[in-house]
Amino acid sequence: MSKKTSTLAESKEQPGAASAKSTDARLAPINARLTPEAKIELHRKMVRIRRFEERSLRAYQAKKIGGFLHLYIGQEAVAVGSCSLMGPNDHVITAYRDHGHAIAVGMELNPLMAELYGKATGCSKGKGGSMHYFDPSRNFWGGHGIVGGQIPLGVGLAYGVKYKGLKGAAMAFMGDGAVNQGAVHEAYNLASLWKLPVVFVIENNGYSMGTSQARSSAGELAKRAEGYDMPWGQCNGHDVYEVRACMDKHLTLAREKNQPSTVEIDTYRYRGHSVADPDNTYRTKAEIEEYRKTKDPIEVFQRQLLSEGVLTEALIEKIDAEARAEAENSAEFAEASPFPTPDDIQKDVYWESDNPAGRKSEGRLFFD
Amino acid sequence: MPVITYREAIRHALAEEIERDSNVVVMGEEVAQFNGAYKVTEGLLAKYGPQRIVDTPISEAGFIGMGIGASMLGVRPVMELMFWSFYSVAFDQILNNAANVRYMSGGLINCPIVIRGPANGGTNVGATHSHTPENVLANHPGVKVVVPATPYDAKGLLKAAIRDNDPVFFLENTILYGEKGEVPTEEYVIPLGKSDVKRVGTDLTIVTYGRCVLHSLAAAAILEKEHDISVEIIDLRSIRPLDIDPVLASVAKTHRVLIVEEQKPFCSVGTQLAYMIQREAFDELDGPIHRLATIDAPAIYSPPVETEQLPNPQRVLKAALAALA
Repeated sequence: MSKKTSTLAESKEQPGAASAKSTDARLAPINARLTPEAKIELHRKMVRIRRFEERSLRAYQAKKIGGFLHLYIGQEAVAVGSCSLMGPNDHVITAYRDHGHAIAVGMELNPLMAELYGKATGCSKGKGGSMHYFDPSRNFWGGHGIVGGQIPLGVGLAYGVKYKGLKGAAMAFMGDGAVNQGAVHEAYNLASLWKLPVVFVIENNGYSMGTSQARSSAGELAKRAEGYDMPWGQCNGHDVYEVRACMDKHLTLAREKNQPSTVEIDTYRYRGHSVADPDNTYRTKAEIEEYRKTKDPIEVFQRQLLSEGVLTEALIEKIDAEARAEAENSAEFAEASPFPTPDDIQKDVYWESDNPAGRKSEGRLFFD
Repeated sequence: MPVITYREAIRHALAEEIERDSNVVVMGEEVAQFNGAYKVTEGLLAKYGPQRIVDTPISEAGFIGMGIGASMLGVRPVMELMFWSFYSVAFDQILNNAANVRYMSGGLINCPIVIRGPANGGTNVGATHSHTPENVLANHPGVKVVVPATPYDAKGLLKAAIRDNDPVFFLENTILYGEKGEVPTEEYVIPLGKSDVKRVGTDLTIVTYGRCVLHSLAAAAILEKEHDISVEIIDLRSIRPLDIDPVLASVAKTHRVLIVEEQKPFCSVGTQLAYMIQREAFDELDGPIHRLATIDAPAIYSPPVETEQLPNPQRVLKAALAALA
């Protein structure tokens, strides 16, 4: 399939020009002005996500974690690159594969791991679980469990930013499977019709659960934006520089011109849709290995930063050791934390029941 | 005291809240330029402009979801559903996102949205447009559900709903839009979750809400005149939160209960009421709790038969006599 890379691209890329594009991305102003420290921070964030999730997987296998665990391993450059561009009035919302975004916006590992363990010290007090991380103090609005259901909310965040007269943008992340949901199309229409500052980000990891893109989606995914008169682009999600260069263009359109757009970012997940799912029915081990060897986002960026002289082998090892220790500590924190109690079940349901002094309604809110 | 329609009462509440709070935005299909499919929002666009009164496409999942997202940032959207029947196409937004986001975020996120519109049968529009989903909505902890019967209640409750920090679903009635009642000019707010005794009596308690309040009042007048029966009518006004104590007090006085509701019988609001009354006032009951609901089938189109499918004064009369037999 020949791919039109973008309706936004100023210079049209030729197929197979990946290395040239990488260089372009590195030289893009948004990346050229990065300090060595900022580059190391991008690397460190990706490593922290990976080590956190690897640790969570071990906890899941040890039955410390219930429900589903949708790992982001392999996709780290997308969340880290995108969220590194956030200004004070930019917002993020995503689906259930949300650990990467949570760490990328700056959430600490302890409350995230504790949430997986279902502990009261979790970021949602043990009430949300893996799929439902939130941190409004960092403009992170979840963490949503229903495919595509968060995308209208993302448009609402953009509406809120515009209504309040702020200069900012919402990034509404979804997987490639979400593009077939009606709510996404309704959201596209509203965003374009009302010129709302939102960037729709399709993280295309090739599979909607166990169904490949070829078996689930007609045509190119991002191109559907054309039907709503929105610009769209595609980029390589294995290279954090490319993600930043591409997302910067789209975010600028949103912030400066209230122009919504769609970006499809090619990426890959190494683990199953959820770790409980069989991973051998729809793709080969060789395919996964190929991605690990050639396109791993941490490896790609590490090599890049080594060649730039920003990272050294010693520093790489130090960052990795710190990330492993931090992940391990988060598991210990989670382990040592208390579970919520049955008395907590009916807290956080209504603002009014949690704020009795401010309650204006009467009557019973809860039933038995 | 001025006499205005239920429609005007809602419009006045919207206008007053728009003027009071710059975060209040009215949105929905045909609410602005068209002046409202049922003219509830008539004149608001001219007065408050397109920033505050916003026409949406026919896209309920999209615009309701958008309103929920905006409310998380502190906007207070008042979303009109042209018919509450259309809630089904926005079900995930209303009952997964609005109802759950506070809980799943451990109380970090609020969703101060109001969704309002008519929810009733009786207008011969068939099964797809005649749903009364207050039971379905109220089944979801995290939401509030209000069903006003009179112009006075509609205005005071809507103002409370807009000021509420939790999602409030406000169910009106197309047949009531033209009903008139006294509404004071000075400001007032009716707290959610406060029932109202619409008629004082001693022989039978009718627990009801919405348009069935009017049917019950009509039936009560006949019962008094022709049968010398004194009926007490309690209008719940809010389904969740629920003001059950005055119901229990009334049962302690009359010892007989009839629930009247425009609901399909199975798992209706009345089902919950009957459970609570028997659980909390068992010793006060002199007979089984009776209930009059919509006849259990999808809403029939045929106009004269639809009237018989729904509660109406004659059906309430019969049910009341049966409850006292």
